[in-house]
Amino acid sequence: MSYLRPRTVEEAVEMLAEPACILAGGTDVFPALVDRPAPARIVDLSRLEGLSAITLEPGLVRIGARVTWSALVRAPLPPCFSMLKAAAREVGSVQIQNAATIAGNLVNASPAADGVPPLLALDAFVEIAGPRGRLRVALADFITGYRQTVLAPGELVTAILVPRTIDTGRSAFLKLGTRRYLVISIAMVAAVVRAEAGRVVEARIAVGACSAVAKRLPALEDALVGADLAAAPLSSRVTPDHLAGLDPIDDVRATAAYRREAALELARRALDACTADPLAAEA
Amino acid sequence: MLETVGKSAAVEAGKPETGATAAAPVVSASSTSLAIADAHTGTISFVLNGRDTATGASPARRLTSVLRDELGLTGTKVGCDAGDCGACTVLLDGEPVCGCLTAVGQVEGRTVETIEGLGDRHPAAKRLQDAFLAHGAAQCGICTPGMLVSATALLERETAPSEAAVFDAIGGVLCRCTGYRKIVAAVLDAAARDGTVDGTVTAAPSDGAVGLRLARLDGIEKVEGSDIFGADFAPAGTLALRAVRSPFHHARFRLGDVAAWIAENPGVVRVFTVADVTGENRFGVIPPFADQPVFAVTETRFRGEAVAAVVGEPHAVAALSLADFPVEWEELAALTTMEAALANGAGAVQPGRTGNVLVKGRVVRGDVEKGFENNDLITVEGDFSTGFVEHAYIEPEAGFARRVGDRIEVQACTQSPYMDRDEVAKVLGIAPEAVRIIPTAVGGGFGAKLDLSVQPFVAVAAWHLDRPVRMVYSRPESMATTTKRHPARMHIRVAATPDGRLQALDFSADFNTGAYASWGPTVANRVPVHASGPYLVPHYRALTRAIHTHLVPAGAFRGFGVPQAAVAQEQAFDMLAEKLGLDRLEFRLLNALRPDQPTVTGQVLGEGLGIVPCLEALRLHWARALKDASDFNAQAAGPRRRGVGVAGMWYGCGNTSLANPSTIRLGLKPDGRLSLHQGAVDIGQGSNTVVTQIAADALGAPIVIMDRVSADTDLTPDCGKTSASRQTFVTGKAAELAGRALRREILRLANAGESAQFTFGDGTVTVTDGDHARTLDLAAMGRDARGYVLAVEETFDPPTSPLDADGQGSPYAVYGCGAHIAEVEVDTALGTVKVLKITAAHDVGRAINPTLVEGQIEGGVAQGLGLALMEEFFPGRGENLHDYLIPTVGDMPEVVSILIEDASPVGPFGAKGIGEQALIPTAPAILNAIHHATGARLIRVPATPDRVRAAIRAVTETAGEGA
Repeated sequence: MSYLRPRTVEEAVEMLAEPACILAGGTDVFPALVDRPAPARIVDLSRLEGLSAITLEPGLVRIGARVTWSALVRAPLPPCFSMLKAAAREVGSVQIQNAATIAGNLVNASPAADGVPPLLALDAFVEIAGPRGRLRVALADFITGYRQTVLAPGELVTAILVPRTIDTGRSAFLKLGTRRYLVISIAMVAAVVRAEAGRVVEARIAVGACSAVAKRLPALEDALVGADLAAAPLSSRVTPDHLAGLDPIDDVRATAAYRREAALELARRALDACTADPLAAEA
Repeated sequence: MLETVGKSAAVEAGKPETGATAAAPVVSASSTSLAIADAHTGTISFVLNGRDTATGASPARRLTSVLRDELGLTGTKVGCDAGDCGACTVLLDGEPVCGCLTAVGQVEGRTVETIEGLGDRHPAAKRLQDAFLAHGAAQCGICTPGMLVSATALLERETAPSEAAVFDAIGGVLCRCTGYRKIVAAVLDAAARDGTVDGTVTAAPSDGAVGLRLARLDGIEKVEGSDIFGADFAPAGTLALRAVRSPFHHARFRLGDVAAWIAENPGVVRVFTVADVTGENRFGVIPPFADQPVFAVTETRFRGEAVAAVVGEPHAVAALSLADFPVEWEELAALTTMEAALANGAGAVQPGRTGNVLVKGRVVRGDVEKGFENNDLITVEGDFSTGFVEHAYIEPEAGFARRVGDRIEVQACTQSPYMDRDEVAKVLGIAPEAVRIIPTAVGGGFGAKLDLSVQPFVAVAAWHLDRPVRMVYSRPESMATTTKRHPARMHIRVAATPDGRLQALDFSADFNTGAYASWGPTVANRVPVHASGPYLVPHYRALTRAIHTHLVPAGAFRGFGVPQAAVAQEQAFDMLAEKLGLDRLEFRLLNALRPDQPTVTGQVLGEGLGIVPCLEALRLHWARALKDASDFNAQAAGPRRRGVGVAGMWYGCGNTSLANPSTIRLGLKPDGRLSLHQGAVDIGQGSNTVVTQIAADALGAPIVIMDRVSADTDLTPDCGKTSASRQTFVTGKAAELAGRALRREILRLANAGESAQFTFGDGTVTVTDGDHARTLDLAAMGRDARGYVLAVEETFDPPTSPLDADGQGSPYAVYGCGAHIAEVEVDTALGTVKVLKITAAHDVGRAINPTLVEGQIEGGVAQGLGLALMEEFFPGRGENLHDYLIPTVGDMPEVVSILIEDASPVGPFGAKGIGEQALIPTAPAILNAIHHATGARLIRVPATPDRVRAAIRAVTETAGEGA
């Protein structure tokens, strides 16, 4: 077997010229093995330099591919990231958050990936390195289906890029599961709302675990623009039609009908949390 | 290290034979060739517990596997290999991570800390260990290392953490025994002070052990991570075994060219099949029903049934892909529901059991038809159902066997050493005395480790190969193939007079027992005795059937079907009380069985039936809880509503109308110490401690001079199985009898009266009787074959009588009774349920060790909460601990335990069992509370959010239609 530990992205791309399993936090790779032996060729990113930082650039927040959920929680970030931090605290357990990377959560492309709805709502891009050089792909285009991404053989994710277009927006993340901790979502909602002078300027909202890939709710987002926060809670403006694009399934966790109903309720609560007093939105 | 005398073999053997201890730099050799782009050598270096360590293991291996198998540090446990249980938590550069999700190549140059190194390096860890002991926060001990490592990281970061911070810190470590509350208390206490707890006795007292909150006697090993569980030891040169299992619910199969496959796979030594079973290819827990093959012959009857076992060098076997094992499958039509199995023309899962009915149970008293006839009666009826429930102990089954001449030794986790002995003997075709069963520490059992798992496989292989052979179940293998709680479909009809007196109860239930008998007959027979609950029911009929299907065998799980029956009966009682317009607690009190009233089997228990005091003890709590809920709901603007529920319970201790003796041997050694041969397997519940407390007090000896010889069929007489809430009661009684017998012997030798006191010295016993003292010089006395100066052996078998055709008789000598109040908050828009508090009153006769009793109650509550709200196993789907959910610390409410001591005239010092009792009323109390909060009746458990929401919606829509 070969176990490769590149120091640079270029080295990694070279090593990935042959099929290999990419190992970062290990929290998806090892569970998938169950009791089978490790893959014959592993490219371990743990020595890769320069991918462990979160950097705030003028127009962009760059989250290196090796940044863990715990590191994200500790980083000082603009208010719009509080939904991503809330999601970070809901990923598995402390043990998982200390090892798992945000990039890995995207690459694994589970319909119930906790990181996807907040990053969709942040309009995030995924930075990819590979034989074609470095690419930027919108997250909405990066995950193409149930556990599928555009990542081609030989490519790896190097960073998640969040354009600083809604920094001051207030955000909330709500995850619904059958228990506390270590739970796969039945449904989840991430929302960020930017308001000026008591009116919504921009709202973005994404729903996870209710379709093969988490989805934004553009009709709802449009409907919220201009809403007067003093007139009525935002929740009152959400109708079932706004969630018509979801395509939930029946599984061991819940029925599809329930997911649809729960997503509506969570969307309403998340929007109200964004516009409630600041401390509540942080919770 | 283990200090248990009886495990001398294990103690010797428990020392790691590969690698070295943590005390020295470690270099282990493993000859995998590797390519590390940036490494100059083939070894991986890191700092382990403060020492420079290097390993030649393949860098892709899980850190847990290298720690345990190469470096001999077995304190880090493996529960799932998937990050779902946290038992493998280690500190990597000071932060907790799952060792099972970390490649050892990733720790190069970093620091790793495990339970073995924690106490010496972190003052907080030492305080935590002390606090865990004092609080009874370790039961079986399998999650304890993960808990301690996680909590140490917290206390290193925060000196005064909030309860919420403690929850977050240990939320990723599953515990199936404790219900978490004592763990949380221990962590908070360790943060606040030095780990001491008021009222807890950590140093053994010199006299009067019964009734004390004595820290468990086997606790040190558990908090240090040195206890030896099933997967923690195998002798040098042990081969590994993996089973080839059916991927279908029902299939025919044919093995291909196995010899060629062995030749293609270097390191594989041999493949075993039915042809290698030298005795009977059939085992079971109830001999007349034994029907399960070690290896299927031509047909497999459930998904996961074994057809062959591959044995070879551990690394080679671990690396095998069993997907290419030469076996041809032909999938057959499967009966996967009881409806299908009971349908006309359905084939028989088991030949000879036509109609797929394994067994029927029946208890009839009075005339139930007549009982319902009176038109004035208020009647309710309903259908209720439950699913498969997985035991989900954190320790998957594991153990090894070795042949010693013409004998076989099996060291494995088990709840029933003597039953294992007899079944292994049958499979090998040798005498029971030629089999030695050495139970390891058991990382949770709850009933499923009563049945054989690894034992027949490793025994057959080791017998033939004359080399030690080990098997460690993977989590999916454990979940797919070991027994489950029986799914139940129940119908109940109950009638009471307008003033609330129960008149008639008609109960019928089918239990899905899966492909093999296991404990199906026990469930079918125990349920009819208990389906009345602890109430006076003049006209009663309970009929049950255990039904075969092509699914995983259902067997014993904490309560043998009674928790399912209580889900139906206690909810029906709430429906009835509501219809009668009576307070639900008072309705139960009105009908609670008084000691002079007959049970549904016609037994009059006389003393020691404490349901009335339990319900009375709840009155104040009930009133407070109802008011709290009502106040909350009056203020509630959002979708949250609170409710309160209550449920009662009774449970017979020991086997149902069958002999189940325990025998205790107690010996006085020449050095003045005592040997307690105590064969009750401690699966975490505390029999090692409780039985010793009883024996010490009965004898009149300080507990510190009692040396335990724990379960080992060569060293301890038969104490039966750890099940049916019988160890404190039955084995405890045998210990009491043995203590008293030895006391009589000593008194006789000293010619002293009954009230004399003993002082055990170095080689002496001084007997003081008033002003007279006499010292026995033990060295001068003769010794028996075991080296004892004096030895006694006493047996206790609870007095019962057979049940007649109508189920009338005295099935148990003692019943434990109890009742729980559940307070819940329901999010009516999402259907989620948060249990806020459980108040649990239990009549335990005498609390031999109140801390351990509370531990049983809190653990039972956690499992009852899981049954009520989240746990359902679907064979073939979700054979892991992220799809199958058990409660985490964040789901557990505060538990207030009220111990009622209505002494049983039969039990030791009046004690009764508590192990199963504590689980039973939890689920119906929660379901009744959900109804109280929402008006929705959950007739199917678990009450998952989608089911609760659907039930609330149905109520709302009905109300809407009515309006």
